[in-house]
Amino acid sequence: MYKAPVDEIAFTLKHVAGMGDALQSGALGDLGEDLVDAILSEAGRFATEEVAPLGDIGDRQGSRLVGGKVQTPDGWRDLYHSWIGGGWNGLTAPEAYGGQNLPHMLHVAAMEMWNAGSMAFALGPTLTMGAIEALEKHGSDALKATYLPKMVSGEWTGTMNLTEPHAGSDLGVLKTRAERRDDGTYRIFGQKIFITWGEHDFTDNIVHLVLARLPDAPAGTKGISLFLVPKFLVKADGSLGERNDLFCHSLEHKLGIHGSPTCTMIYGDGKFGAEKGAVGYLIGEENRGLACMFTMMNNARLAVGMQGVAIADAATQKAIAFAKERTQGKAPGWTGQGMSPIIEHPDVARTLLTMKALTQGSRAISYACAHAVDMAHAAEGEKAKYWQERSSLLTPIAKSFSTDAGVDVASMGIQVHGGMGFIEETGAARYLRDARIAPIYEGTNGIQAIDLVTRKLPLSDGAHVRGFIGELREIASAVRASNRNGFGETAARLDAALDDLSAATEWLIAAVAASKLAEALAGATAYQRLFGLALTGVYLAKGGLAEVSDAKEDQRIALCRFTAENLLAETAALKDRVVNGADSLAVARAVLA
Amino acid sequence: MHIVVCIKQVPDSAQIRVHPVTNTIMRQGVPTIINPYDLFALEEALKVRDHHGGEVTVLTMGPPMAEEALRKALTYGADRAILLTDRHFAGSDTLATSFALSQAISQIGNSFDTPDIVFTGKQTIDGDTAQVGPGIAKRLNLVQLTYVAKITSIDLSARAITVERRSEGGTHVLKSELPCLITMLEGTTVIRRGSLDDALRAARSEIVKWNAAEAGIEDITKCGLRGSPTVVKRVFAPTPREQKAVQIDTTEKRVHDIANELVASIFTHQPALQHELSSAGSA
Ligand SMILES: Cc1cc2nc3c(=O)[nH]c(=O)nc-3n(C[C@H](O)[C@H](O)[C@H](O)COP(=O)(O)OP(=O)(O)OC[C@H]3O[C@@H](n4cnc5c(N)ncnc54)[C@H](O)[C@@H]3O)c2cc1C
Ligand SMILES: Cc1cc2nc3c(=O)[nH]c(=O)nc-3n(C[C@H](O)[C@H](O)[C@H](O)COP(=O)(O)OP(=O)(O)OC[C@H]3O[C@@H](n4cnc5c(N)ncnc54)[C@H](O)[C@@H]3O)c2cc1C
Repeated sequence: MYKAPVDEIAFTLKHVAGMGDALQSGALGDLGEDLVDAILSEAGRFATEEVAPLGDIGDRQGSRLVGGKVQTPDGWRDLYHSWIGGGWNGLTAPEAYGGQNLPHMLHVAAMEMWNAGSMAFALGPTLTMGAIEALEKHGSDALKATYLPKMVSGEWTGTMNLTEPHAGSDLGVLKTRAERRDDGTYRIFGQKIFITWGEHDFTDNIVHLVLARLPDAPAGTKGISLFLVPKFLVKADGSLGERNDLFCHSLEHKLGIHGSPTCTMIYGDGKFGAEKGAVGYLIGEENRGLACMFTMMNNARLAVGMQGVAIADAATQKAIAFAKERTQGKAPGWTGQGMSPIIEHPDVARTLLTMKALTQGSRAISYACAHAVDMAHAAEGEKAKYWQERSSLLTPIAKSFSTDAGVDVASMGIQVHGGMGFIEETGAARYLRDARIAPIYEGTNGIQAIDLVTRKLPLSDGAHVRGFIGELREIASAVRASNRNGFGETAARLDAALDDLSAATEWLIAAVAASKLAEALAGATAYQRLFGLALTGVYLAKGGLAEVSDAKEDQRIALCRFTAENLLAETAALKDRVVNGADSLAVARAVLA
Repeated sequence: MHIVVCIKQVPDSAQIRVHPVTNTIMRQGVPTIINPYDLFALEEALKVRDHHGGEVTVLTMGPPMAEEALRKALTYGADRAILLTDRHFAGSDTLATSFALSQAISQIGNSFDTPDIVFTGKQTIDGDTAQVGPGIAKRLNLVQLTYVAKITSIDLSARAITVERRSEGGTHVLKSELPCLITMLEGTTVIRRGSLDDALRAARSEIVKWNAAEAGIEDITKCGLRGSPTVVKRVFAPTPREQKAVQIDTTEKRVHDIANELVASIFTHQPALQHELSSAGSA
């Protein structure tokens, strides 16, 4: 069973991702190390003791639609209430609405642990937090006063309604209609699909944020507005009034995250209320809806990245435990009696170490991204711009590299289990099934790669990414200069990986500048992975260099060296694909005709 | 109702290693935890408070870093935390520890409210003596209820308490008067979790720090090294006597035969044991 690795998480936050410096510099207000530890340890206990034991039942039972109502798995309603009772929903929310306004770094760390317990469960709060953020930044004071306190406490949940059958990655073509009414409200008509936690039995009300188009709106992405559409209308005194004209038509049958209801939502069908049309309230300005959404998109993408880290960690823990128990064959050099535990076999050990490296690497990247978000928040002027750009650059990598790691590691986890891995009752298969959605939603990983190459590399005319690679080189140099034993060839391997990263980066910046988009995009996904791998190597080295005597130093250095000497060689192949792959791809398209 | 809980910060023994060459305990990097029995005591105290009202004060004697343990206790819901810290306390054995703690508990009574119950753990996982609880009870002239597994009831108006005390082969149900001192076993299986609000409150609340004088201690010679007649002569890891486990083939034997063989083989290795047992049988 999953056990939240609180010490490992705290270490990564403080010594790799930058929280230690941020605490010292006072950038995080009155937050101290004690409080960080206390919060992590309690959030971890909740994940280990409460969430994880209910993950399995959620997978087996799933959420079901019974008589128009969604029934969540046994125990989940109580779990949710005990979770909000702990105040966890308001971790980063603004204090004015009952939140604690704590740094994003703590939030992603806690999200990781809850997601590892059950990704399907933690997904609901993830969406509520996104809705809170969008509403807080763009909503009117009246809307905020009515909805935010209850969303921050968790008494009501929030959803994101973007996708329609013909509008997924390209939201510009969405059709849901909004009509103005004289009293300043709107009526919403249309169908949304794949709406996570769109209907459930946790709370009395659900606050939907819906993207829709006004009759006179310009075509494309510049004609989309954002609306708040509650399941139940809220009366002036804050109590619940009439049922709004919207409902969950059906639930999807999915590969994984069965506990999370994925709803088709129908707005303005005339099922409820006197007048046809779901009552909606505008958030922000008309036709600026997508921009409102994008302000919360970065955090939402990072939150999905945490799902990848979470599953990777849970799958790794499970596989290691199994590999220590299961005996089979005799490993080279095995002197014990009988068969050796499979963990003794070099092939199994290599798999497990790869799983660990990918988990810790994606964790470090994601936490570093959260650190940049916090610093951008705390800093001013040039510094703020620097951190803003850093978080922008890291977001697509954190989202894609981590969610790919989630899938890859979960798959390796099954392999370690052998045939038992393929059997559902073992629980290893669930991780792979759950993990598989994360590279798809919140902007597919392919879309992330496009974002990275066409929008993030050009930041400050390429100066930001170049500066960042320079910072990474300093860590490689520090490894070379270090007199600690055990780093092996790490410094040379890091240099080589960073050379690959640098060359691929320059090639892409030039291609984008020359408007050679087809060429640039051909290798975008390879580049995204190259960046993630190089960062994994560097961040594990940073951890290895940290002067923390907690009896884990040798292990950290050993994993760092393993990563450098076993995994980083892939960067050369990835670079090759970026700079030399486009021509053959263009020609080979004919094969697909 | 005022309850004082004594907690001690101890190294997490699950993570302690003994240096293979020097045989010394490697404490470096070993995380500290609240002594597990003290956590059970705290949980029991919080339950009593939640039911009967009042306050829970946690008390520890230790170096400044013991503050961490107190904050943890505050996270779980303790109302007040007192850190007894002074270089005069360094090197205390159980005698000096009990003395200092009992003085501090009297001072707590003077400064806040007289305690109705003082809790300690049954024993610590590092010192392991189980002497401090009784030592405090004796000095404060409190009824002592040791090895308590459960508090069955408390009647505040009658100033009575009923507890279950575990003993070899059974359970004593004891009824006693308040105030009293309880040394706690692993009573409740669940230690509560702190909420986010609790963690924040704990981190932001002030810890009361007392030196010897502030704790009302006049006779410094009863504290620390000077007040400690016990000296640790030597710490060592006993050399394990390596013996290979013997495997018995059980495929074609009856249980009875296997048992007989086993006894016979033990007696072959331990002839004295056979002698003792048979003479005991004939006596
Ligand atoms: C379980 C689940 C939960 C979801 N929850 C929500 C939710 O709560 N709210 C919500 O609004 N939506 C939700 N979604 C929808 C999700 O965000 C979309 O599925 C996702 O954005 C992809 O859109 P699509 O399915 O239409 O795929 P498409 O956009 O059709 O993409 C298909 C493939 O083409 C690629 N592709 C598309 N466009 C491009 C391009 N321009 N360049 C290169 N490649 C491209 C994609 O990368 C992908 O590989 C959920 C989906 C699922 C399955
Ligand atoms: C490696 C080692 C070396 C030592 N060396 C010396 C030495 O050189 N000289 C010497 O005199 N003693 C030495 N000690 C003894 C040490 O000082 C005792 O640990 C201490 O006196 C408390 O006794 P105990 O831990 O056995 O507590 P126990 O009597 O087992 O504890 C019972 C309960 O009393 C309470 N309690 C105990 N201590 C405290 C405290 N500090 N604050 C608050 N509550 C407390 C707790 O509720 C605890 O559960 C050594 C101990 C160890 C482990």
